[in-house]
Amino acid sequence: MSKGNLTRRGVLKTGAVAGAGLALPTYLSAAGHEGFTNAPTGSTVTLGFNVPQSGPYADEGADELRAYELAVEHLNGEGDGGMLNTFSSKALDGTGILGKKVEYVTGDTQTKSDAARASAKSMIEKDGAVMITGGSSSGVAVAVQALCQEAGVIFMAGLTHSNDTTGKDKRANGFRHFFNSYMSGAALAPVLAANYGTDRKAYHLTADYNWGYTTEEAVKSSTEAMGWETVGTVLTPLTQTDFSSYITPVLQSDADVLVLNHYGGNMVNSLTNAVQFGLRDRIVNGKQFEIVVPLYSRLMAKGAGANVKGIFGSTNWHWSLQDEGSKAFVQSFGTKYGFPPSQAAHTCYVQALLYADAVQRAGSFAPCAVVEALEGFEFDGMGNGPTLYRAEDHQCFKDVLVVKGKENPSSEFDLLEIVEVTPVDQVTYAPDHPQFAGGALGTCNNGA
Amino acid sequence: MDAIILQILNGLDKGSAYALIALGLTLIFGTLGVVNFAHGALFMIGAFCAVTLSRLLSLSHKVEVPGAVDFLGNPQMRDVPYIYDIFGESLGAGIIDWAVPLSILFAIPVMILIGVIMERGLIKHFYKRPHADQILVTFGLAIVLQEIIKYYYGANPIPTPAPSAFVGSFDFGALVGFEPGTIIYPYWRLVYFAFAAVIIGAVFAFLQFTTFGMVVRAGMADRETVGLLGINIDKRFTIMFGLAAAVAGLAGVMYTPINSPNYHMGMDFLVLSFVVVVVGGMGSLPGAVLAGFLLGILESFASMREVIAIIPGINQVIIYLVAIIILLTRPRGLMGRKGVMED
Repeated sequence: MSKGNLTRRGVLKTGAVAGAGLALPTYLSAAGHEGFTNAPTGSTVTLGFNVPQSGPYADEGADELRAYELAVEHLNGEGDGGMLNTFSSKALDGTGILGKKVEYVTGDTQTKSDAARASAKSMIEKDGAVMITGGSSSGVAVAVQALCQEAGVIFMAGLTHSNDTTGKDKRANGFRHFFNSYMSGAALAPVLAANYGTDRKAYHLTADYNWGYTTEEAVKSSTEAMGWETVGTVLTPLTQTDFSSYITPVLQSDADVLVLNHYGGNMVNSLTNAVQFGLRDRIVNGKQFEIVVPLYSRLMAKGAGANVKGIFGSTNWHWSLQDEGSKAFVQSFGTKYGFPPSQAAHTCYVQALLYADAVQRAGSFAPCAVVEALEGFEFDGMGNGPTLYRAEDHQCFKDVLVVKGKENPSSEFDLLEIVEVTPVDQVTYAPDHPQFAGGALGTCNNGA
Repeated sequence: MDAIILQILNGLDKGSAYALIALGLTLIFGTLGVVNFAHGALFMIGAFCAVTLSRLLSLSHKVEVPGAVDFLGNPQMRDVPYIYDIFGESLGAGIIDWAVPLSILFAIPVMILIGVIMERGLIKHFYKRPHADQILVTFGLAIVLQEIIKYYYGANPIPTPAPSAFVGSFDFGALVGFEPGTIIYPYWRLVYFAFAAVIIGAVFAFLQFTTFGMVVRAGMADRETVGLLGINIDKRFTIMFGLAAAVAGLAGVMYTPINSPNYHMGMDFLVLSFVVVVVGGMGSLPGAVLAGFLLGILESFASMREVIAIIPGINQVIIYLVAIIILLTRPRGLMGRKGVMED
């Protein structure tokens, strides 16, 4: 009589092996079909637009989404083609990307790193997005960029200005078209020196998070190099709404310039409070007191109303630019939506087109092929003059705009005027510049 | 010395907002026994009453600007408010300029109505439920209200300036004998402080010197006995809820020129206002006012560079630190009554 070998442990072992065997083909077909994550198999390709649809930057996110929808239209050969007509690369022909019709899914970053990662993850795993793009904060950009690196998809950053996105937190699968804190400082300092002189005492109020730190450092070092002295730097909580108690110590100091390293609601409130306290009417050290906002956004300037008048800042792009690329984009966006695009919309639109073009030139959606096509890519006709996607850090190098709050706006969109287009050479830095030190690009990841 | 005076002044206007919100919160808690987390949202809705009225007053028709083109090359259009057509340009512009103070008249009925609807429609069903349930439902309500506002008004702050007569600041230091230019204080913040003082005074007078107020105070002390005397205390408490909503709403209306309102401003104040109520003593009206000003001033001092240099990060935790110390030494808060939230 033979003894039966059906033991509990045996059943578990067999079950586990069989389960793994059954799961393997699913895993391969889902992610690794052509050796990279979410390789498009049918006649369409899915892009993931991860923008703030709720939370404090929802309006900026809505503008990003409008731009992406316009980009998708143009890529699929609908509408007037926008910047595809002015883009120096002619690889895209309005038949989608590599002949596949472009479709998209959207996620809500909520301007929270964890929520942004969750929505990006969902778009990659559930919707099969082959590229993730968008966002309106550096915290989100850094978090999502790291996720895309691990998942093996390309990340085309939206609005992110911290040095760290292409500095210590750079990743091989991530690319940034938007400018950064260093560039703002480098562009602003000469204009500030020319307008306010080289003998100035600056006081910084800085939002207490990553972007605030890098912006303070950049503006501080570039203005000090021009001869300015920094007499005080104070970190303000991100949740602060009334800045009066931070503004009044400025009155007590001998500072004659206040630099507000704030963005969004922080910027609107701190600038409004500073103007309320009469800072702009003060004469200190025999000089007119001045306020500087390093990073301007038209959407945010609107919130501060008349308080922005005459205040210097920098911006990545502005709808009033008169180059052919900008004009084409403004025409296309304005006709579709009835108002001019924001700088967030511009960078997102350009990023979508740059990705599509890179895939087309590479002849593959594989992230490593796209990385190769984008690294060192030089282009023009996208609104910022000749631009380089630098291979060493995946940062775009292009002209930077120094702007000023307009004294007599002709409409609710006409809030900023361009003071100077700072040439790219003046804002270019070495890849190993101390403000970008630490971290490594690593190698591209195809996933799967 | 001038720095200290300046921070006290700063603390007073910040404290005014805390005190006004906390006053309504503690009033609702004292009368209805409800912990109302939607109170910050009422402050925010008040602010948006000002935004709404200023938009209503600015309703415009388009007029072509001769010879000018817009960003798409079409003829440039200019907005001309209807109010200009009715009252003429100078009076019309004057009315729009005074939109924020005028909003007080607009906000009072709106806020009372919202308060009464909130109480009758939702909150009264939670009187007998545990405080945790009340907190959850009112917090949920706050989120719903702010999402509604965001849907209609967007997420960005909306500038709502003070009348041009109150724009700018005055030299308080020169008035009291300091060097000119050392103590500068914006006019509107002074207006806000005075306004808060009047509202707080009016609420106290109403409760202290009217029969209605007396009944409400009696109801706060012993609801059951007042009911046994044949007085419909529920109806009076509903009116108190409306009143508390109006106080929060007015605090919001007048706050709009200080900081451009956005849909989230209520939440920003809510947590601090709760700390104010707890520090002041749950259900104590003078406690709420005292704690409001005390914490407002302390927060201002903690933001001074000299203070941050000694204790880094103190500006972010000062209010909670003081709350802990006060609650450890006076568990019922500064002016808390025995028996409140202790059963």
